[in-house]
Amino acid sequence: MIHAAASFRGPARRSIARALYALTLVLIASGSGVIQAQVTFERLLRADQEPQNWLTYSGNLSGQRYSPLTQITPGNVKNLELQWVFQSRRPAEPAEKFEATPLVVDGIMYTVLAPNHVVALDAATGRMFWLFSPRISQLARVCCGRVNRGLAILGDTLFMGTIDGHLIAIDAKTGRPIWDVAVAKPESGYSFTLAPLIVKDKVIVGPSGGEYGIRGFIAAFDAATGKEAWRFNTIPGPGEPGHETWTDKEATAWKTGGGPAWVTGTYDPALNLVYWGTGNPGPDWNGDPRPGDNLYTDSVLAINPDTGALKWHYQFTPHDEFDYDSTQVPVLADITWQGRPTKVMLWANRNGLWYVLDRTTGDFLSGKPFTKVNWMDGFDEKGRPKRVINPTTEGSLVYPNNQGATNWYPPSFSPRTGLFYIPTWADTYSTYTKGPAEYKEGNQYVGRFPTMAFPALATGPGSINQRLPEEGYGAIQAFDPQTGQRKWEFKMADVTDSGVLSTASDLVFAGGREGYFFALDARTGEQLWKANVGGQVAAGPMSYSVNGKQYVAIAAGSALFVYALR
Amino acid sequence: MTRICGIVFVALGAMGTLAAQEHSYTPADIEDGSRVFQSTCAGCHGQNGDGVAGIDLSRGQFRRGTSDTEIIKIIQTGIPGTTMPPHNLTDTQAGAVVAYLRNMATIRRGASPDVLRGVGDAARGKALFEGKGQCATCHRVNGKGPRLAPDLSEVGATRPLPELFQALLDPDANIRAGNRFFRAVTKDGATITGRLLNQDSFSVQLIDANERLVSLAKANLREYGFVKSSPMPSVRDKLSVQEVDDLVGYLVTLKGAA
Repeated sequence: MIHAAASFRGPARRSIARALYALTLVLIASGSGVIQAQVTFERLLRADQEPQNWLTYSGNLSGQRYSPLTQITPGNVKNLELQWVFQSRRPAEPAEKFEATPLVVDGIMYTVLAPNHVVALDAATGRMFWLFSPRISQLARVCCGRVNRGLAILGDTLFMGTIDGHLIAIDAKTGRPIWDVAVAKPESGYSFTLAPLIVKDKVIVGPSGGEYGIRGFIAAFDAATGKEAWRFNTIPGPGEPGHETWTDKEATAWKTGGGPAWVTGTYDPALNLVYWGTGNPGPDWNGDPRPGDNLYTDSVLAINPDTGALKWHYQFTPHDEFDYDSTQVPVLADITWQGRPTKVMLWANRNGLWYVLDRTTGDFLSGKPFTKVNWMDGFDEKGRPKRVINPTTEGSLVYPNNQGATNWYPPSFSPRTGLFYIPTWADTYSTYTKGPAEYKEGNQYVGRFPTMAFPALATGPGSINQRLPEEGYGAIQAFDPQTGQRKWEFKMADVTDSGVLSTASDLVFAGGREGYFFALDARTGEQLWKANVGGQVAAGPMSYSVNGKQYVAIAAGSALFVYALR
Repeated sequence: MTRICGIVFVALGAMGTLAAQEHSYTPADIEDGSRVFQSTCAGCHGQNGDGVAGIDLSRGQFRRGTSDTEIIKIIQTGIPGTTMPPHNLTDTQAGAVVAYLRNMATIRRGASPDVLRGVGDAARGKALFEGKGQCATCHRVNGKGPRLAPDLSEVGATRPLPELFQALLDPDANIRAGNRFFRAVTKDGATITGRLLNQDSFSVQLIDANERLVSLAKANLREYGFVKSSPMPSVRDKLSVQEVDDLVGYLVTLKGAA
């Protein structure tokens, strides 16, 4: 693979760098500039102290997707208007959804256009500083879209995983690659679609590829050199704890056992633990070749970021046959649980249940359906779900559907309202029919695709919805973790692949496949504002400010839309 | 968009013709292809072959190749620069997928060649369609007729035979998403009924009986919702068994512009 920062070589690059330097001086001289400093890990830890910036995928290392900014309020949100739009440089391929959450650092926005084009923009105007387009191998294969969800930053370096299995460090000032490591083989189905996570001096990633019979992992790389520091195999091999949950006679299923890790994790500095979700076992829809619980698929893992050692795990869906990836952002919150202050983890799972876990010990505290669920009926005392439906050769009707009651779309937690906001596919179902699965490297290794009323991927122009209400709908739901009660539901006629942002002025922002981006009252769910963005929202909203002006940004269709008060 | 003239073909077992094909497919080929399609292709292309925007495999029209050999090669090597990856399928397996794609409209939803019988005379059916059956009163074919009811110009290429019989005899049994009717009452008391074209959280789009494209804001409606039954009357008591067969014999010839 060859990576090149097209048009930014040699003298041209130097002249652009000089121009940028001059521009920076002019901005500072005119009083509209912003002090630009290196992004230390200390800054990432204390992101709440610089609410003008959005320094990580989820805005803070707790994964709350909560902005402390308060300029936009329930009272004035009706006055939001479009400030600028950034179009992808060319019409996106049908499966090149714009899923990235931008970073904003001291007035500069960094984001990724599908599949792996990185841009640096003036966060106040949308004008571009540079573009970096690595050449992507033709061997890249992705089950569900040539996508990327964003970047990480440390110092003056951006980090991006690519759909052909590379991890690239990029100079944030120039867009030139610093190092480029081939981490995993694209021809075997490995890819990176997630935003990396920075913990201390390491860059942590996990692959996509659960439909290709990969063996998943979570790996950390030295941010300065790209050298691999540790790797935790999400499918344990012979002799490793958890391997005993792969009980096939041939003792080979683990080699193609899946367990991808394709959504960014979170970090608790006090406990020094990284939390990361894992995806489905392979093959997806026929569990016969892989008897057993199939650890550590569909689990959350608590890992020491210095060593890669596993502290604890909890498996949401043992021996999954419904593609219920647990690849969601682990949301860390400190709440009162049964009268005691408790460090918990909130988790809205693709399997239709939302959980409260003790993030110190991994203990199961609570699990409740947030939409119609029929594959399980309650939990045992240790929090293991009681499975009541399996796929059959004749077909089994299962709620929620194969795309899940939610998916990778990042939820939000507001420490002010104490509510957990979940983007939801409500009352959807699939018919699962067990089919043969044969592993061939690089081919999909799945069983047989289930049927769904909703397309798994909403791609291309426009969206037509002619479905009956009983065929399912979309919603943003708000739950109180302390009581387990649902506080409100905002219904949409179509499902949503949007993340949720909450703010310190008690607003919630989200969108959906219909192409609306909207603001809700965080306490009541009342719709306060909406904009037609003309294409599906399949990204997480974020907020930042430049020179005292608060902005809200959302990717929709193949463009990024940025709003502020008029 | 360039319209590429491809092969549109429906296997009509009872009529015994496979003339448009390069190969004769056996039911076993098609069944094998169905299995490979479900396990390998349906994840992106969908169960019905229409999961990727702008591509409907069930119509048997392919942008990048028309011959079986070309399509087999595309399946095996993928399409560089797109999301279509290479697939490690043998010629036989890929050929079976093509056999299935060529017959998808007929075979899917459980229909098999042994139920493809009872198709009558197309010429008599056409006369019934335009005359006694009163189908042309509501349906449009090849640019002629009203637009409120579903356009049937391609119905022979997109519907399995059992569904055609069912639609004629028991039209409420299976109303496809694009054929659902919707009724709205405005706050002023006006009632608007039409075929639902689209809906979202805040609005609905219809074509009404006057062939007007109507977009309504839900905030301006007193009540709204789907009409449960089809406006299509059953022909069960209106036409004889032979006449129904003849009508179907005409409908299966409607395969759109070549």
